[in-house]
Amino acid sequence: MSQVLHAPPKTAAPQAPSADPVAPADPAALAARHGLTVSGARPPLPAYVRQLWARRHFITAFATAKLTAQYSQAKLGQLWQIMTPLLNAAVYYFVFGVLMNTKRGVPDYVPFLVTGVFVFTFTQQSVMAGTRAVSGSLGLVRALHFPRASLPLSYCLQQLQQLLFSLCALVVILLAFGVPPTVSWLLAIPALALQFTFNAGLALVMARLGSQTPDIAQLMPFVLRTWMYVSGVMWSIDAVLRDHHLPHAVTVLLEANPAAVYIDLMRFALIDSFHASQLPAHVWAWAAGWALLAGVGGFIYFWKAEETYGRG
Amino acid sequence: MADILTKADPGAEAAPPRTKAAPGPAPAADPVPTVVADPVPTVIADRVDIVYRVHGTGTSGRGAATAALGRILRRRKGAEERGVRRVHAVRNVSFTAYRGEAIGLIGTNGSGKSTLLKAVAGLLPVERGHIYTDGQPSLLGVNAALMNDLTGERNVHLGGLAMGMSREQVRARYQEIVDFSGINDKGDFISLPMRTYSSGMAARLRFSIGSAKDHDVLLIDEALATGDRSFQKRSEARIRELRERAGTVFLVSHNNKSIRDTCDRVLWLERGELRMDGPTAEVMKEYERFTAR
Repeated sequence: MSQVLHAPPKTAAPQAPSADPVAPADPAALAARHGLTVSGARPPLPAYVRQLWARRHFITAFATAKLTAQYSQAKLGQLWQIMTPLLNAAVYYFVFGVLMNTKRGVPDYVPFLVTGVFVFTFTQQSVMAGTRAVSGSLGLVRALHFPRASLPLSYCLQQLQQLLFSLCALVVILLAFGVPPTVSWLLAIPALALQFTFNAGLALVMARLGSQTPDIAQLMPFVLRTWMYVSGVMWSIDAVLRDHHLPHAVTVLLEANPAAVYIDLMRFALIDSFHASQLPAHVWAWAAGWALLAGVGGFIYFWKAEETYGRG
Repeated sequence: MADILTKADPGAEAAPPRTKAAPGPAPAADPVPTVVADPVPTVIADRVDIVYRVHGTGTSGRGAATAALGRILRRRKGAEERGVRRVHAVRNVSFTAYRGEAIGLIGTNGSGKSTLLKAVAGLLPVERGHIYTDGQPSLLGVNAALMNDLTGERNVHLGGLAMGMSREQVRARYQEIVDFSGINDKGDFISLPMRTYSSGMAARLRFSIGSAKDHDVLLIDEALATGDRSFQKRSEARIRELRERAGTVFLVSHNNKSIRDTCDRVLWLERGELRMDGPTAEVMKEYERFTAR
């Protein structure tokens, strides 16, 4: 038995029937001579970006498919796309607006709250989906060949589509509470684009971490909930900073927090009574900086481990 | 046992008398160095080891791949490192596949056939050694990309895109895929969600989508056993077609007949090690003697 076991590998290598004397001794040389490449090796970054671009239709189709599959069993069907965020907002309003009365001193509290909830949910869900993007799709990763970054990006895109539904609901709420539509609503587009880039970068980082340590998916809900409470979703960071004298470091941390930055930008764009004076200093610079840092850094970080996804 | 050794060994010491890898049967036996068709290698595996790492102690229920390796797992009880168990699925396997070959992969359950195939496809990283390939070998199978809650039609598109086809290619092939699957033979089923299909219908659609793309190196894992008789016949014909277009075909199967029908060379894996590599008839004879015990 043991003899049998070691014999075949020897058989395999030298069996090349070609008359080439080099081939049997060195498979690597034979491979090089015929232009064969290492299977599953990580492509260089520019090639990777090109591959990803070539898969853009898959990325969008996968996102849309996930989104539609989500409510396909429900009786009300796709109506839930818009019902879910509305119900979410109603619960938050009941808890924070009515029970805890955090609305004191914040004009247009309902639009203020709902905008915050929707914008934060976008980041929160992107991070959660990113964490499971690779580890939850191992079947796909192990069956088909495609740049793995497609998965977290596709999940982020799904969340963006989800957010667009939520924004439809938000427009209804805004109008219902008497917030007039203005030209500044257009500022929501660059704000969303920056937030999407930030989310995608974060999701890529989390996808790599989550693929190596699946336990992170258990931990993330707690981290994200804490993040939500310090990001001024239900309360106004600006009002707190004015009323209390907090140490400088805390002020900077509160204002530079990317989630708070994107939430405030969205409020500034959509809500009439939310003035530029309530925005932290250099807010657009912060928004762009976070997007750039997370987007580029996250992409490179994810790409660095491209060949290891699917193991374990 | 000894006869296997003697059968396998001559190839090692003196390749010429039993060359088996040339595309056509004719030039293979030719001892003259200046053969007309210099065989072009498409896949070279060089002393490949593949190791799975399994978290947690549960040996089953965490994916088909892990479950299939349960047997090897039990043998490796000692090798534990902080809750992570290493599963040595493929050990020191080397072979060279040439253009025009159809290679069968056989072995008892959990012997590492599918694992090896996935490594050739570049889907599993190798622990040691190298696998060199010509272009990107692809597995026949898109099951994981399809979603049961979507209609058959959307799954055709999704599956095609997942395999790397362009939108235009999917659109051009769409009707052909649906017709081949025979899903619409009994009414308009393609516009229903896939979860409403019978298992046979779903398997047929999956095979139709998976085989819609042209491949240089095609890897087939037990794809022939789906559907009813008439569909099996059609899919065998489709496999032959794919073989003609593809450079090299690898076929994993427990159906000895389909291996004999399709393959001209067979690799026999047992417990992750390459036990025999040779012409179909010889290897199958030994394999059948081995499994009959």
